[in-house]
Amino acid sequence: MAHSGINILFEGRNLTRLLGGLWISAKIAFIAIVLGILLGIILGMLRTLKNPLLRVILRLYLEFFRIVPTVVLLFLFYYILPQNFHINLNAEVVATLVFTLWVAAEMSDIVRSGLISVPRHQVDAGKAIGLTTPQLYRYVLLPQSIQLMIPATINLTTRVIKTTSLLLLISVMDVINVGQQIIEANNQHYQNGAFWIYGFIFILYFILCYPLSVWARHIERKEKLRNNG
Amino acid sequence: MVDTLLKVEHLNKAYGTKQVLHDINFSVTPGSVTVLLGPSGSGKSTLIRCLNGLEEFQSGQLSFEDQPIKPTPKTWQQLRQKIGMVFQSYDLFPNLTVIDNILLGPLKVQKRSKTEALKQATQLLKEVDLTDYADAFPRQLSGGQKQRIAIVRALALNPEFMLFDEVTASLDPEMVRGVLEVMLNLAKRKMTMLVVTHEMNFAQQIADNVLFLEDGAILEKTQGKQFFTHPQTDRAREFLDSMAF
Repeated sequence: MAHSGINILFEGRNLTRLLGGLWISAKIAFIAIVLGILLGIILGMLRTLKNPLLRVILRLYLEFFRIVPTVVLLFLFYYILPQNFHINLNAEVVATLVFTLWVAAEMSDIVRSGLISVPRHQVDAGKAIGLTTPQLYRYVLLPQSIQLMIPATINLTTRVIKTTSLLLLISVMDVINVGQQIIEANNQHYQNGAFWIYGFIFILYFILCYPLSVWARHIERKEKLRNNG
Repeated sequence: MVDTLLKVEHLNKAYGTKQVLHDINFSVTPGSVTVLLGPSGSGKSTLIRCLNGLEEFQSGQLSFEDQPIKPTPKTWQQLRQKIGMVFQSYDLFPNLTVIDNILLGPLKVQKRSKTEALKQATQLLKEVDLTDYADAFPRQLSGGQKQRIAIVRALALNPEFMLFDEVTASLDPEMVRGVLEVMLNLAKRKMTMLVVTHEMNFAQQIADNVLFLEDGAILEKTQGKQFFTHPQTDRAREFLDSMAF
């Protein structure tokens, strides 16, 4: 064997470029997750209030982001915003925006279902000692439902990280996009470059997501034990 | 001091088309204990929950300390600091320790100083014999202990009026006494109370006034303890018999 395929990873700046791509994906995912979770908590709380109009609007928002495939959302924001609203954003910003809104929508549902699973009596008890509505959420409802929300939130996080692999479709220089360029550029020298590059990307995503998945399972098991106790 | 702490006039409540409270009228004088009796489903719990705004009602006027209550969330939130309530299912906050359960209202709602509130809470815990449990979580307590803590939690706000909604109904028989003793002590100290209970001996012991409710209407309104010996209506007599009293 004149050369082993794995060397494609170490040719020139390939490795740095791949890791740089991963950094872009991770950065977009991270910002979207943090902002999305914060926004989602607020929206989730609003969805448990009794205002019917607010409920309908937030419900439609959730359904829109849940039903429309992420690719379509990305295209929608990437092509339609500049064309029809003359808002020019670079691809990374569009990606962060779309992902944030998506996370917020999904998170609002996680928070809502967590909050409504707190027994009705707890609300009465909180009101009976004079708590205001914000205090009721702050000291009673959120702390009691957060345990229930964590596993679903971690799973959402994993999904977001995985879905960053779609970012190349709006030309973000993410890890997949970089990988494809490397494969194409080295097509002559490394016929099975795709195997090594995508294999490497697989490992990178695995390293990002697997700990989260283990963590979620761990918390779920702990929760089960606690409830049995 | 006012003559009437709480006044209820022409209170009506319905769930949809089903009328659950019919033209309820009564008043509570300061320092008195009113016992609310009646068969299950007679509307006792609904009535008591109307008195601190946990249930809405269609018509009627409530007044507290001669001030008409405007039934808005804001008014109720303010009033609930003066009208304490204890529930059948204790409903301590499982995410907080005993002491934090007790201090939540005084610190966050009434914005009192931590030192002063803690001092009062410690004193109250001592009175219900639960000093050692300040840092325990509710799940580590028995039902009777939880209920005594729930009473302390309500008292920590220095209420002028206490509502007790079947507070011993979910307790094991041997736990009941401790809770009732706490209530008797409160009555001795002239706390104004409205008590829904099925403990007839206790009711007779503590009652200054009795309201007998059936099908959402007050059938008998009796001063003193004569309700238990000389009920006016056949229905009340039947009820007392059925309670083997």
